[in-house]
Amino acid sequence: MIVLDDTDRAILQALTKDATLSAGALGRQLGLSQPATWRRVRQLTETGALAGRRLVLDRAALGFGVTVFLGVTLATKGRVSLVDFERAVCAIPEVQTVQHVLGLYEYRLRVVARDLSDFERVLRRRIMTLPGVGQVDANVLLSEERRPGPL
Amino acid sequence: MPVDDTDRRILRHLQADPAQSMAELARRASVTEATASRRLERLRTRGILIGQEAVIDWQKLGWEVEVSLRITLDKANPHAFDEFTDAARQVPEVLEIQSFLGRVDMRLRVIARNMAHYQDIYRRRILTLPHIADIEALMHIADIKRDEALPL
Repeated sequence: MIVLDDTDRAILQALTKDATLSAGALGRQLGLSQPATWRRVRQLTETGALAGRRLVLDRAALGFGVTVFLGVTLATKGRVSLVDFERAVCAIPEVQTVQHVLGLYEYRLRVVARDLSDFERVLRRRIMTLPGVGQVDANVLLSEERRPGPL
Repeated sequence: MPVDDTDRRILRHLQADPAQSMAELARRASVTEATASRRLERLRTRGILIGQEAVIDWQKLGWEVEVSLRITLDKANPHAFDEFTDAARQVPEVLEIQSFLGRVDMRLRVIARNMAHYQDIYRRRILTLPHIADIEALMHIADIKRDEALPL
């Protein structure tokens, strides 16, 4: 486990808002020299605390009007079917995230589509034809907000 | 002016590796560096490219437990959604707040240091949120795919 001090926490907080900040700009915000800031950012990256960057895009403006979360239960169980299912589901471009979960169902998928009829196409042609797929429960995303977390 | 194929190509390559230099991005997207930076600037001005955010690996920081809570609200109260959301924002361990059209109204992504800590958060901070009619938990086991890329 990585132990952070207050400066590390401030750096993580600033970068989750804007990952493009240079070490110089970030250091000025925190009252730290540019090389000291750069060393800390490198250390946070090397230890894996900073897991990468993500673009924030206006999905609707790019033609993706609908985001749906699917809860998938497998019809056949066993190790082999899990591997087959995971490989196939990750290859679907419209599937943005795949989480293995424990509870009502086994997988939780985040799917984007142009509109509801495009979503129906993805669901029928791509999801329902996955190896081992059983019941699928769908919830259309209305709004979403990311929080800074316990830093 | 609508987003064209060049814009999509540049965004697709940038999405795959947001930290790359403009020169690399231009080479991969088969455009000049000037075109790449001009296109990105235009996408930013139009609010299509909103920004870039760093992704934190909470597990590496000692937050071992992640749970999705699917919550049905008491819809008899017209303020249920707003009051629930405002209260959920006050819980530091809540990483995401989503609302849905479907069988579930809300979803909270919650992290905790361990199961005992989770139980404490669940009892003291989650069950006390206003207007909850029903709640279901999904324990997170593994991320199989998590890039969240758009199929541009």
